[in-house]
Amino acid sequence: MHIPPGFLKPEVWISMTGISAASVGYALKKTSNDIDERRMPVMGVLAAFIFAAQMVNFPVAGGTSGHLIGSALAVAVLGLWPAMIVMTSVIFMQALLFQDGGLDALGANVFNMGILGCLISGPLIGLGRKLGRAEYPSLAIAAWLTVVAASVLCAVELALSGTTPLRIALPAMAAVHAIIGVFEGFVTVIAFRFILSVKPDILNGQRNMRP
Amino acid sequence: MKRFVILMFAVSLVTAGFVSWFASSHPDGLERVAEDLGFIGKAGESVFSIFPDYTVPGLKGFLSTSLAGIIGVCATFGFVMLLGKVFFGKKKAEGRRQKAEGNQKKYG
Repeated sequence: MHIPPGFLKPEVWISMTGISAASVGYALKKTSNDIDERRMPVMGVLAAFIFAAQMVNFPVAGGTSGHLIGSALAVAVLGLWPAMIVMTSVIFMQALLFQDGGLDALGANVFNMGILGCLISGPLIGLGRKLGRAEYPSLAIAAWLTVVAASVLCAVELALSGTTPLRIALPAMAAVHAIIGVFEGFVTVIAFRFILSVKPDILNGQRNMRP
Repeated sequence: MKRFVILMFAVSLVTAGFVSWFASSHPDGLERVAEDLGFIGKAGESVFSIFPDYTVPGLKGFLSTSLAGIIGVCATFGFVMLLGKVFFGKKKAEGRRQKAEGNQKKYG
């Protein structure tokens, strides 16, 4: 769902860049307050894994493909603020090195696929953990929701830019991504279980799930 | 922790360098909608390109995608580690610790 260059008009992409920059700045501050330096390689390797997973497009209905976004997975493993930094890094590297998503749309892409997803997943996954057995359902729901919410916001940004009318783009984007989101849910739960199975104490030291 | 990081790094390399061969080349959700609604043509060219569309210029086929993927995994890992050094480096951690201890003495 990386917005290519030219889809957003300056008012929209400059605003989104500002919002994303402020959010990432806040996430850096929150993370630096309680990061254990030994956790940095875990953040790095999770970013690398999400980058890799995003390369693997899987076919969905009607000649369309989708790929993992990974913000719910990042939040489940790292907590809210470090996850935001990880997602931003992935989307930044994709735009910078691989021309996946326009540089003008970088702020919008970071917000849609990274920041928004983390803000949605954090409280939901946190709630699921509090309720005990609801951890995996809440993770799957969070993952699905991050994809659909990103697609809705993406449609709104495109409409505000005059690229396409909202009443057509919004249902179209939401419908496709409601299907892609189901994959996100499955893959997120499987990947999280895998990570827990090789590193059961990965969640130690994790604090923030709520903004 | 070290074993976990090495294992996940290996999984990432295999995913980007090998599993990526089997990635679907269909348009993604946004591209699909842009095609169907007829605004895909509004997409502009990128001002510069390094590894466009996850390929290494000059290399063809699987090898190109594999190498691009492996570079991406290493670069992403490196970038986050660099962020960590800059923003959460040793000196800063030491400073915070001292501050926290100072607060403890003050209020403890």
